[in-house]
Amino acid sequence: MYISRSIEILVGLFVAIGFVALFFLSMQVSNLSSINGDAGYNIKGHFSNIGSLKVRAPVSMAGVNIGRVTAIEFDAQSFEAVVTMSIESKYNELPSDTSASILTAGLLGEQYVGLEPGGEDEPLKEGSKLELTQSALVLEQIIGQFLFSNNTKEENQ
Amino acid sequence: MMDFLQRLGVKSLGVLERLGRGTVFFFNILVSVPSVLVRPRLLFAQMYSVGVLSFSLIVISGLFVGMVLALQGFYTLSDFGAEGMLGVMVAASLVRELGPVVAALLFAGRAGSALTAEIGLMKATEQLSGMEMMAVDPVARIITPRFLAGLLSMPLLASLFSAIGVLGGYFIGVGLLGIDEGGYWSQMQAKIDFSEDILNGLIKSVVFGLVVTWIAVFEGYDAVPTSEGVSRATTQTVVHSAFAVLLLDFILTALMFGDN
Repeated sequence: MYISRSIEILVGLFVAIGFVALFFLSMQVSNLSSINGDAGYNIKGHFSNIGSLKVRAPVSMAGVNIGRVTAIEFDAQSFEAVVTMSIESKYNELPSDTSASILTAGLLGEQYVGLEPGGEDEPLKEGSKLELTQSALVLEQIIGQFLFSNNTKEENQ
Repeated sequence: MMDFLQRLGVKSLGVLERLGRGTVFFFNILVSVPSVLVRPRLLFAQMYSVGVLSFSLIVISGLFVGMVLALQGFYTLSDFGAEGMLGVMVAASLVRELGPVVAALLFAGRAGSALTAEIGLMKATEQLSGMEMMAVDPVARIITPRFLAGLLSMPLLASLFSAIGVLGGYFIGVGLLGIDEGGYWSQMQAKIDFSEDILNGLIKSVVFGLVVTWIAVFEGYDAVPTSEGVSRATTQTVVHSAFAVLLLDFILTALMFGDN
């Protein structure tokens, strides 16, 4: 079977365009371009309730993304959730008494970890544990507390 | 009653037998893959007829599917004031589902039926047995290059479909409906994960390519060698491929995305 040169060129073009499409999908459409090889350093936080926080949720300070949640585990001794966060290594001067809270983006948005800087001179390092944490707000608990406090007020009157 | 049971039994045995022959045929193809890789020119010719000739169909369909997704998605999302999520919706539905599935269905209609008709006609005109007479293995010479071409083309066509669809959604969303351009791309990049979405979509398209081309070449090779038999085989290729793709898509989706 004789194959003309133009057919071979067209096949080559087809394969090339196919790979360009795949490249476009991975770089422009997905998050591949924002995952850098730089692994950063890991810090841990113990939360009594993480709400619906998911692995890969953003970690932000002052509204800027500085890392991601890499693992969520349950500590069977203290009955708390252990959230491991990877912070980009260029932000290596966060004070060691930084506090973490689990916040919600918008009213119905996804949950993320917000960090508040403290005042210590010593920075956070690989494996550091955040001492001050604030759990996620769980709507049912807030409503429950609200109803409970109303009831007790009425009883007092 | 007994007659009915007997007919049922004959039918089931026939289906089983065909499945068995199909599997043996599949292994025959796999065995002859090395002999094709040594002579890639056979593969290039088939890549042309399977891949390049499906190119324009895939591009045009992808563009319009993306544009329709953007229009319909906007209609629903604007009720919630979440127009900014349009990019995510278009990209996620294309990359995860519509890209692989619709590209595979189009591929079955465009390339699969052509493969079946070509191979079936070769069988009907006794070209395949002629080759065997000349000690040329028809599976290695005719079937395997077509099978490999389909297997390689399908992921490329599916990626192309998704990429063009995302661009189509962009033209409608940003150009016509006035969604913020930065939001369209940045929301998409924040939500679409490379390994979770893009790679799983790619795996889907490889599986669909394998199944559709396998069905196409087997139906052609197994066709009754008459003009009626070839036409039946061509129809069956499209019908069986569509069933197989939609069924496998459900199974793959349940396995890949079922846990979140």
